[in-house]
Amino acid sequence: MTKTRNLYLIPYIAWMLLFVATPIILIVYDSFFDVEGHFTWGNFQKFLTPVYLRMTFNSFWYAFLITLFSLLVAYPTAYWLRRTKHKQLWLLLIIVPSWINLLLKTYAFIGLFGTYGFVNSFLDWVGIGTQQILFTDFSFVFVSVYIFIPFMILPIYNSLEEINPSLLYASRDLGASPWMTFRRVVFPLTLGGVKAGCQAVFIPALSLFMITRLIAGNRVVTLGTAIEQHFLVTQDWGMGSAIAVLLIIVMAVIMIATGNRGARNTIR
Amino acid sequence: MKQLVRLFIAVFIVAGGLMYFTSYLNSSEGYSGSNTLTIYNWGDYVDPELIAEFEKESGLKVIYQTFDSNEAMMTKISQGGTTFDISIPSEYAIEKMKEDNLLLPIDHSKIPNLANIDSRFLDLSFDPDNEYSIPYFWGTVGIIYNSDLLGGKTFKSWNDLWSPDLRNQILLVDGAREVIGFGLNSLHYSLNDTNEDHLQEAKRKLGTLTPNVKAIVGDEIKMLLAQEEAAVGVVWSGDAAEIMGENDKLDYVIPEEGSNVWFDNMVIPKTARNIEGAHKFINFMLDPEHAAQNAEYVGYATPNAKARELLPEEISQDERFYPKEELTNKLEVYENLGKKMLSHYNELFLEFKMHRK
Repeated sequence: MTKTRNLYLIPYIAWMLLFVATPIILIVYDSFFDVEGHFTWGNFQKFLTPVYLRMTFNSFWYAFLITLFSLLVAYPTAYWLRRTKHKQLWLLLIIVPSWINLLLKTYAFIGLFGTYGFVNSFLDWVGIGTQQILFTDFSFVFVSVYIFIPFMILPIYNSLEEINPSLLYASRDLGASPWMTFRRVVFPLTLGGVKAGCQAVFIPALSLFMITRLIAGNRVVTLGTAIEQHFLVTQDWGMGSAIAVLLIIVMAVIMIATGNRGARNTIR
Repeated sequence: MKQLVRLFIAVFIVAGGLMYFTSYLNSSEGYSGSNTLTIYNWGDYVDPELIAEFEKESGLKVIYQTFDSNEAMMTKISQGGTTFDISIPSEYAIEKMKEDNLLLPIDHSKIPNLANIDSRFLDLSFDPDNEYSIPYFWGTVGIIYNSDLLGGKTFKSWNDLWSPDLRNQILLVDGAREVIGFGLNSLHYSLNDTNEDHLQEAKRKLGTLTPNVKAIVGDEIKMLLAQEEAAVGVVWSGDAAEIMGENDKLDYVIPEEGSNVWFDNMVIPKTARNIEGAHKFINFMLDPEHAAQNAEYVGYATPNAKARELLPEEISQDERFYPKEELTNKLEVYENLGKKMLSHYNELFLEFKMHRK
């Protein structure tokens, strides 16, 4: 029995070693070397200079905004979705856009948000006049939210689906108003989904790159942009790795801090 | 569970079928490793008709892959696992690839058409005697602008970019050498300057340009300028030609302080499998008619003297793309500044990008 169980473990362990552990070790190793291949702590020291600290702050701030707005849109959507008749159809409609290549969707927004784009023609027509939308913070957050939103809706929707309806009936029978029911019963029970959704959005949002160039015109510089530059342009793999290592540490801390343990405590 | 298994089986069958089908197609047309030629080039940088013609003439099947920066290309070639037979890097990248032993020497006896190249473009400092590289195109970096949107304003100098009425009107190309380079040029320094004071001065000066900069973008710059998203752009001359082809209100100028002149040369990377075919391709592209057709399609300036004669006069005599001698003398080639300096340039560029309005 134990033998077969160990046998099952082999693919998992091999995968983890080859594709998770080894790359991380290589990145940590690389982060201690400068462009000329000498051992150095310099990359981490450089990270502590104002430029990179501000970039870190930017990354967190935008990732926070993206997560917040995703949540604000996703929660009501998921809540409404649970009560509709054709749930599967609506759900499919939300998921379908994520089948389209990310780059294509991003390019579409360049066309929509441009000076002579659809949105500006509309604004012009209603009399507001042409605004600069492309290459602003607004467009960056908007497009990012658009891209990440399915990852927020799905976990919240699943946690809503798992709620036993009898709990809601009980709450109503005991005289709770709809708002009270939501605040005291529904919301605490979906906290797990909210947390999973926030993790699924916040962590990739921290290291966004591409969108920062296409939609924000490099007016928003995040750590992801810096990593891309260091690996592809500067070929300063050490610095790129150092940023990646620090990001991994931060993400791990976030995962632990918002882990499941916390969720269960709040439900009680 | 049963459904899952069925799904997997279906995927396997489809994938296997497709694989068999492609290998069948390839073998039925007689393609295998030795009669293909893999070209690794910039996007949209060759007339596809010429590729088709070359395939017909040589009987080789061409696989065309693209990159969008010299650095990305070098990273991919030095990492191995690729089989590129031809690549077209810029001069500083050629110098670096030579140092890293990534190139194969080119046998000039197999390229009789080399005689067509203007001698100005041969035997340059980055590759003496053209041992490893053959000129493909050359060009400059300059300012493209839309006078119509700017009330008839024209440009002469890099410093015109700092004019206060250009607020939020400039698009820059996303390249550290280009942007720091014109920062240095605007102060009348060399764009290969490594003096720290000069670099810091250039960075501070670029910082004051921030309110005028709308965005720093990649290849999209062509589309954005053609659609009049912004009135001014700092671009490579070839991109400028392409944009002007789409929107004739735009004009291009090489600023008087001087600018960068660059060369893209054909090389045979070390990973090449079909060295014979690579030589054939280089010779094919140097044929005057082919080079002229390619120059008309791509829009960059050809180093091929015979081909230039074949071009219509409005192209071959256009001083914006084939500048006069006295301006040419002010143009500089990017020197390979070494990894450390390049890294520093990028650091400065990153700081420039971080400037908020």
